Amino acid sequence: MAHHVLATPVTEAQVRALRINDTVTLEGTLFGIRDANQIALFDKGRETRFDLNGHAAMHTAPNVRRVEPSVEHPTGYAPMCVGTTTSARMERFTRPLLEKQGVRLIVGKGGLGAGSLAAFGERGGAYLAVIGGTAALETTWVEAIEDVDMDDLHPESLWKFRVRGFGPLLVAMDSHGGSLYAEVETRARGNREGALSRLGVVK
Amino acid sequence: MKVDLRQVEDAARELYVRALKVLPPDIKEAFARVSRAESDSTAKSILGTMIRNIAVAEQTDNLLCQDTGIPIYSVTIGRGVEVDGALLKDAIRSGCARATKEHSLRSSVVHPITRKNEQTSCGPGVPPIHIDFSDHPDELVIEMVPKGSGSENNSWLRMAIPAEGVAAIKTFVIDCVLDAGGKTCPPTIVGVGVGGTSDLCVALAKRAATRPLGSACADAEGAKLERELTEAVNMLGVGPQGLGGDTTAFAVHVEIAATHITMNPVAVNMQCHSARRASATFTPRGVAYGF
Repeated sequence: MAHHVLATPVTEAQVRALRINDTVTLEGTLFGIRDANQIALFDKGRETRFDLNGHAAMHTAPNVRRVEPSVEHPTGYAPMCVGTTTSARMERFTRPLLEKQGVRLIVGKGGLGAGSLAAFGERGGAYLAVIGGTAALETTWVEAIEDVDMDDLHPESLWKFRVRGFGPLLVAMDSHGGSLYAEVETRARGNREGALSRLGVVK
Repeated sequence: MKVDLRQVEDAARELYVRALKVLPPDIKEAFARVSRAESDSTAKSILGTMIRNIAVAEQTDNLLCQDTGIPIYSVTIGRGVEVDGALLKDAIRSGCARATKEHSLRSSVVHPITRKNEQTSCGPGVPPIHIDFSDHPDELVIEMVPKGSGSENNSWLRMAIPAEGVAAIKTFVIDCVLDAGGKTCPPTIVGVGVGGTSDLCVALAKRAATRPLGSACADAEGAKLERELTEAVNMLGVGPQGLGGDTTAFAVHVEIAATHITMNPVAVNMQCHSARRASATFTPRGVAYGF
């Protein structure tokens, strides 16, 4: 259960070194991805001017405030409340995200499925769990919104955040076939019968 | 008592912002309770982070969660209240849009077919505004719930049949919790609707999911069922965020309605750990905010 401080972008070797139950703190750039911008990228063939190679992308659509563009807020957006959304809806985008955009780390909550786990193994990727519903705390780890693309999809734009001490995040899926979600689900389904028998449900 | 619609609009605005920033005391107390009892170290640490977030939101005057949800308003009108119902709905809708624009909240609401976001948290039929009546003289209550999608995307209805009995209800709840896993942002409040018609059954589940913790179903059989289900659900080990542990649900809540002799419907709707709600009570003395 090692702790890793990772400055983005990261190499395949750095990601291969991550194992489930390790923790990670991210430094540098974190991209914000979401349903609408991934539908645009992968279903509608839209391009982005961002280079996501080796980067971390978080499932998010933040609350932002429009401000006068400045050195601190070059996009004219100030981060107000940045948290994570449920990853499961975006399961089918994991593979194209890794293969077409070169993303290495996905930050989200609730976990991804077997298809994503296979893609992490083949490409060298990992899933970092951030605690869903703790956005006020996470916002304190976001320094600025550096850039934004596809803003016509607002708030589901493609966001580029500058982060500092973003974490600790839990490595919940790694590139070696490990998934905490799958482990917990198997255990929980194993407890189904006991729960039903406590409820007096006789099969 | 005459109700000033400008005050209603202001309250609708205020309620949305308040609900997003401050958790009700019953939820905070539940966090302290489950955190003490949790035996799994990862789960305990996750619960600790959630508790810290509640404090950070209050200290920084920020939203608890990025998901501003679908805003839901429920109005209860007392006996002596004079109000134009149509204008009341307009005022609530305006207040909701003002909260979104003025506070700069994320509008999480889109047209279901075009997916167009009006950036007002409003759209056709949204916010849903439920109207009910009470025998309180001179009191109008507006309750507001911003319902997040992580939990709302895991909602179920099953039209079981009488021959399957209460076992069908119990089995269904257990299986819904297993299917939801970490997607609903556990620890959740699991709302179960039992009986009624299909639409009433789903509405009961939502009412149950958004009931304050510590409250019990008014029906004795429903209250017994929710106690049993609370214990059984927490035997599963799904845990906070679906990462394992003792704390899968703060509680299972049941609401019931009579049903047809040939029917046995059950619905499940969940509320995430950020179980946000706020209320405003209008009396001749003014407006009082609470939960």
